[in-house]
Amino acid sequence: MTKITFVDFQGTSRTVEAEIGATVMETAVRNGVPGIEAECGGACACATCHVYVEEQWRSAVGEPAAMEEDMLDFASDVRPNSRLSCQIKVKPELDGLVVHTPERQG
Amino acid sequence: MTETIETDVVIIGAGPVGLFAVFELGLLDIKAHLIDILPKVGGQCAELYPEKPIYDIPGFPIVTGMGLVDNLMKQIEPFGATFHLSQMVTEVTPLGTPVAPRFRVVTDAGTTFECKSVVVAAGGGSFQPKKPPIAGIEEFEEKSVFYAVRKMEALRDRSILIVGGGDSALDWTLNLQPIARRVTLMHRRDEFRAAPHSVERMRKLVEKGEMDLRIGQVSGLRGADGRMEAALCKGNDGSVFEIACDAMLPFFGLTMKLGPVAEWGLNLHENLIPVDTEKFETSTPGIFAIGDINTYPGKLKLILSGFHEAALAAQKVHRYVYPEKKLLFQYTTSSTNLQKKLGVA
Ligand SMILES: Cc1cc2nc3c(=O)[nH]c(=O)nc-3n(C[C@H](O)[C@H](O)[C@H](O)COP(=O)(O)OP(=O)(O)OC[C@H]3O[C@@H](n4cnc5c(N)ncnc54)[C@H](O)[C@@H]3O)c2cc1C
Ligand code: FES
Repeated sequence: MTKITFVDFQGTSRTVEAEIGATVMETAVRNGVPGIEAECGGACACATCHVYVEEQWRSAVGEPAAMEEDMLDFASDVRPNSRLSCQIKVKPELDGLVVHTPERQG
Repeated sequence: MTETIETDVVIIGAGPVGLFAVFELGLLDIKAHLIDILPKVGGQCAELYPEKPIYDIPGFPIVTGMGLVDNLMKQIEPFGATFHLSQMVTEVTPLGTPVAPRFRVVTDAGTTFECKSVVVAAGGGSFQPKKPPIAGIEEFEEKSVFYAVRKMEALRDRSILIVGGGDSALDWTLNLQPIARRVTLMHRRDEFRAAPHSVERMRKLVEKGEMDLRIGQVSGLRGADGRMEAALCKGNDGSVFEIACDAMLPFFGLTMKLGPVAEWGLNLHENLIPVDTEKFETSTPGIFAIGDINTYPGKLKLILSGFHEAALAAQKVHRYVYPEKKLLFQYTTSSTNLQKKLGVA
């Protein structure tokens, strides 16, 4: 079973089960995790699914593609470990992944 | 004040559903004017995902957002609808009676319409500039912080900080640079989405020392009484610095806000307009709501659903526009009458 932990800006953490092949955004929405809005439903068109990937997970998760980088311009407080969670697909290697949600989504 | 435009129907919103409504109304000889706050037609398809593929438009295995809008424009061309773009509808006032409705529709540009029915195809609401979540920014809005430039003259001789990396940010950097005291462009990375030739022109100006480019993000504002003195910024390396300026223009794209739709006396449910599923009429007879803006049991926010809603609403609009005429059901394939309207017979 693959688990993903979402930590909100106040430090509250929620660990949920994720389906392989779903996106991290979908995992949050399906499990009612707050802090991710996903206005565009995962089309990389809204930047309201912004997360910070915990440092030790950054290489496993990988870097954003060019289109995602462009979209990140619309997010606020973007950091080197910023990703749009609708563009991260859950795979077995990501079991235990920890991401942080920002105080506000755009 | 301009004169009042008299028409059968005003369609509020030129998204895919508003556009298709022109077609369904046109087949029934109903003339329409469309109004949209965006400078272009196509709503979400054109603004949010012009290049992305849509797979669930019947008969089109794949079509991009822009492709769909271009095709809709071609499809409705025979009906000669009039477009009023870059205008927001602010008022919808009933003038008639429930049996013989009439409405006055007014935009923020002062354009006034009188019509027999109103079709609200306002989608997720009007597109408005996204505000960056900077604490206290409201205090500076319209005095030092502007999300759009209405009069360039108001920015003459000011020290302007422009934030963003898209076309709006770059275009305004280049337009304002000649009249500003100093322009600084700030973006979170040294790569720009904007058209390459604008980026090149901006880089030339920076090279010649005629403007500044800083990489980072704004985290706070300093000033008093709405007058900005400096932006507090963070560099990507964690450094903190200030940029002195008395005007800031943040360009972070657009987001949809319900906007004035809430003020037209219509029943609302969670920011959506409840309608019946026979005519898609609202709580006010003569005002219809179709597409993403409406709600009813089983509603799906799909373009497909909006098209269906447009067809059914048009039937009832016909009764208001031509109360004495009986409506015949006809196919575009076989009816020479419809084909004449389409300009193919
Ligand atoms: C990324 C993304 C992908 C999508 N993919 C699909 C898909 O594959 N299939 C599908 O069926 N749907 C898809 N959708 C949904 C689809 O785009 C919407 O259902 C559709 O755009 C709704 O059309 P509409 O005409 O009702 O509203 P919109 O497209 O939202 O247009 C409404 C227009 O009304 C204007 N407006 C609102 N209020 C006012 C006012 N007061 N004055 C003036 N103008 C006003 C707005 O500016 C806007 O242009 C997608 C949406 C997004 C964001
Ligand atoms: S959900 Fe909109 S960009 Fe990820």
